[in-house]
Amino acid sequence: MNFPILSSLILLPSIGALFLFFTKSNKENNFSVKYVALFTSLVNFLLSIYLWILFDQTTSEFQFVEERVWIENFINYKVGVDGISILFILLTTFITPLCIISVNNSIKNRLSEFLIAVLIMETFMIGVFCSLDLVVFYLFFEAGLIPMFLIIGIWGGTRRVYSAFKFFLYTLLGSVLMLVAIISIYWITGTTDVVQLYELGIDTKYQNLLWLAFFSSFAVKTPMWPVHTWLPDAHVEAPTAGSVLLAAILLKMAGYGFIRFSIGLFPIASEIFTPLIYVLSLIAIIFTSFIALMQEDMKKLIAYSSVAHMGFVTLGIFTIQQQGIEGSIIQMISHGLVAAALFLCVGVVYDRMHSRLIDTYGGIVSIIPKYSVLFMVFTLSALGLPGTSGFVGEFLILMAAFKDNFLVAVIASLGVIIGAAYMLWLYKRVIFGKLINTDLKKMLDLNKSEMVILTSLTVPTLFFGFYPEPLINTIEVSIRDLIEAYNIKIASKI
Amino acid sequence: MQNLELVFPEIFISLGIMFLLILGVFKKNSSKLIHNISLVFLLITAVITFNETLSLNKIKLFNNSIIIDYLSSFMKIVTLVAAFLVLTISSNYLKSLKIFKIEYPILILSSVLGMMIMISSNDLIVFYMGLELQSLSLYVLATFNRDQIKSSEAGLKYFVLSALSSGLLLYGCSLIYGFTGSTNFDVISNQLSSNEYALTFGIVFILVGLAFKISAVPFHMWAPDVYEGSPTSVTLFFTMVPKIAALTVFIRFLYVPFLNLIDQWQMILIFLSIASMLFGAVAAIGQKNLKRLVAYSSIGHVGYALAGLATGSNEGIQSSIIYITIYIIMNLGLFSCLLMMRRNDVYYEEIEDLSGLSKNHPLLSLSLLIILFSLAGIPPLAGFFAKFYIFKSVLEQSMFFLAIVGLLSTVVAAFYYLRLIKIMYFDKEHEKFDTDHGIWLKFSLIASTILILLYFVFPSQLIDIVSKINII
Repeated sequence: MNFPILSSLILLPSIGALFLFFTKSNKENNFSVKYVALFTSLVNFLLSIYLWILFDQTTSEFQFVEERVWIENFINYKVGVDGISILFILLTTFITPLCIISVNNSIKNRLSEFLIAVLIMETFMIGVFCSLDLVVFYLFFEAGLIPMFLIIGIWGGTRRVYSAFKFFLYTLLGSVLMLVAIISIYWITGTTDVVQLYELGIDTKYQNLLWLAFFSSFAVKTPMWPVHTWLPDAHVEAPTAGSVLLAAILLKMAGYGFIRFSIGLFPIASEIFTPLIYVLSLIAIIFTSFIALMQEDMKKLIAYSSVAHMGFVTLGIFTIQQQGIEGSIIQMISHGLVAAALFLCVGVVYDRMHSRLIDTYGGIVSIIPKYSVLFMVFTLSALGLPGTSGFVGEFLILMAAFKDNFLVAVIASLGVIIGAAYMLWLYKRVIFGKLINTDLKKMLDLNKSEMVILTSLTVPTLFFGFYPEPLINTIEVSIRDLIEAYNIKIASKI
Repeated sequence: MQNLELVFPEIFISLGIMFLLILGVFKKNSSKLIHNISLVFLLITAVITFNETLSLNKIKLFNNSIIIDYLSSFMKIVTLVAAFLVLTISSNYLKSLKIFKIEYPILILSSVLGMMIMISSNDLIVFYMGLELQSLSLYVLATFNRDQIKSSEAGLKYFVLSALSSGLLLYGCSLIYGFTGSTNFDVISNQLSSNEYALTFGIVFILVGLAFKISAVPFHMWAPDVYEGSPTSVTLFFTMVPKIAALTVFIRFLYVPFLNLIDQWQMILIFLSIASMLFGAVAAIGQKNLKRLVAYSSIGHVGYALAGLATGSNEGIQSSIIYITIYIIMNLGLFSCLLMMRRNDVYYEEIEDLSGLSKNHPLLSLSLLIILFSLAGIPPLAGFFAKFYIFKSVLEQSMFFLAIVGLLSTVVAAFYYLRLIKIMYFDKEHEKFDTDHGIWLKFSLIASTILILLYFVFPSQLIDIVSKINII
């Protein structure tokens, strides 16, 4: 490996941010500031596509591994990707440019600082997905709090301070236990290198506590019921681009963490705690779906639907079957695209009417037809209509769940129905019906940049709905070997 | 008399103090000159210490009452550099309060001398002598703005409480002398038999005295009032420099003569540590004055440093020293920001005055943001690594309770740091502050911010330096 492609992916956005930092921001050059950021993130996207092309799908070994001594005799800076992580990197680099385009309408002041925060955020997110050392992972995982806190707090809505604090403190509280666990792992095994830990295994008697410590962090981040309450607040108050980053990528860090660390490192404990995850996931699916049904604020509704969707993800991961985990990853990717798109859709009407309440709207189908069509695509994908990417994930997860536990699968399937109910009802109330609010008549249809963003999200949503092969091919081998290793470890009680 | 050159730094600085005193008496309006000369003295002393003693292995002088080793040399250099920086950035502040007098640098020099003696002490009497020299200078420094009632109150309060704690400490020393027949650390360590429970009283009294000096809970009562009342530059000195010396004495005292009694003092240290971490985090939440807030935050930070000491291992000591070094850098940045909050020669120190700072002074508030996140221990900033090493060494000894309480209190503490950031970034702006700051003030802010921000690039450097400290 000559060219450090992963480190470049991690560093490039930061370099862009540094460049922006030294460019004096004023009203006239907002334009160019935005293009610098967009250019940086697009280059990063192309680089990640290149990575995907080079990626060897036939092996579950970590690829493009870079290793450098960081703290002597203690931590190595080690990054690498396998089938599981590469898709998340692609998702991150794909969503970030869209976020940057979307600031056109929503961010009025301190644009260059906002873009810096987004780019720094991208650095940390990519870092999370490719770090192969627990400490490095923790570093990226936690560091993401700083830019997100600022994004919510500075550019957010009316209750932004409360939401930003809640987001920060909830996540920090969850994560500190993970730090204890990571250091303990170092003292138990003598390394924090994930690859070595996969081989060494961790003594059974420690696994339960360590698993719980990791769980506390991931559960908050996922978020699972009952620690999900920060998410609706954060989503509602964050600016559109912030909500998109939060829903599309930040939540996926936890799902990724479950697969990479909880299952990979603590198989025995994962086996023991699977019922706990099932119960919490089912509560998340059913309970938060009902809550979503009752929401009057569009962003809040989508936020609760995110919790429900992530419930499917955790359920699928802990079936520990090929379809289950594949389904979970595809569900995460699809949710990343769809939730991002839905938040952007809400952002579009919010920019025009400055209201997120469902009551404000109704009957706008004839006024903004293009918007209505695209919004419909994402609504249908969110409820898992066949032919959209949402379907593939949910279907695979339910299939695996039926194999594992019939009752769990039945209850989860009920969640799909409620999910369809709230999404369709949302769509009906916003788009169809009588046009009562006459202000709505002045609404303009999608402008060019919004069109670009939403179309570029529609394409993969539909494409992977009909043809999920590229995704499945990428992850298949890695997951197969992960499960194999898991079963071997369970059998030999390591 | 052998090896006088090894105590040359101390001799140099005491001669310097005398010279400056005489100069101050005979030359009118010499405060600027004396200020500059004392800066040079501090720097020269640091260089001498670096050249003469840093490479030495443990050497004991004067009937084993003074010890020169890597720990003492390193800590002396840190003390000197910190004092140097405090002195450089305080001149403009003192001028605008009209207390730019010759006594200020001389008092700082003499307290530094006291600290250097403390750091090198290998004997209870020598240690006490150093302690009193530094404390007496600090009392005067606290009241330095004597026309202000708050400053006088601070000094008086500090004096009374500190004298009480010194009394306790002396009583502890006398107990130890009574049971071991010596004040020398090495002799004590040989004479020690762990069945002498009364000896534990001696240790407890000395620990109380030391805990008072570094303001660990429950002996912290003086800190908020004194920090608030003293002139800001003196507060900066209080938060940074005496803590280094006190921490060194803590290490020396616990790990040389009383290492065998670790069972006796470990519990005390764990208690002090937990109480300080929790109290520092909780009590800071309600504060309105920035200097009071810093006082509580420093109480919390002392708790973390003590957690490292409580482990009873070399790694623990090293992590404490790393912690205090990084803490000093962060504090320097924090106070540089405080000293920049000036409008028409009036310094503002309420938290509300920070409001909307980010709109008026984007760079200043960005630095403060970085420093505050670092104080809160959020990666990838230096403060995180400081805590990380502490918890690494704490967990090595399987002290899970201490680690978990410590980490949970970082979450509580994060709340009040976030509150400051919220006020800076999310609230409405006030009038602008003045921007014509001294070059040193700007330098120390920029340097500390960059060090904090980029610490993660070369985290090994500091560890390499500190890992040469082997006490046990």
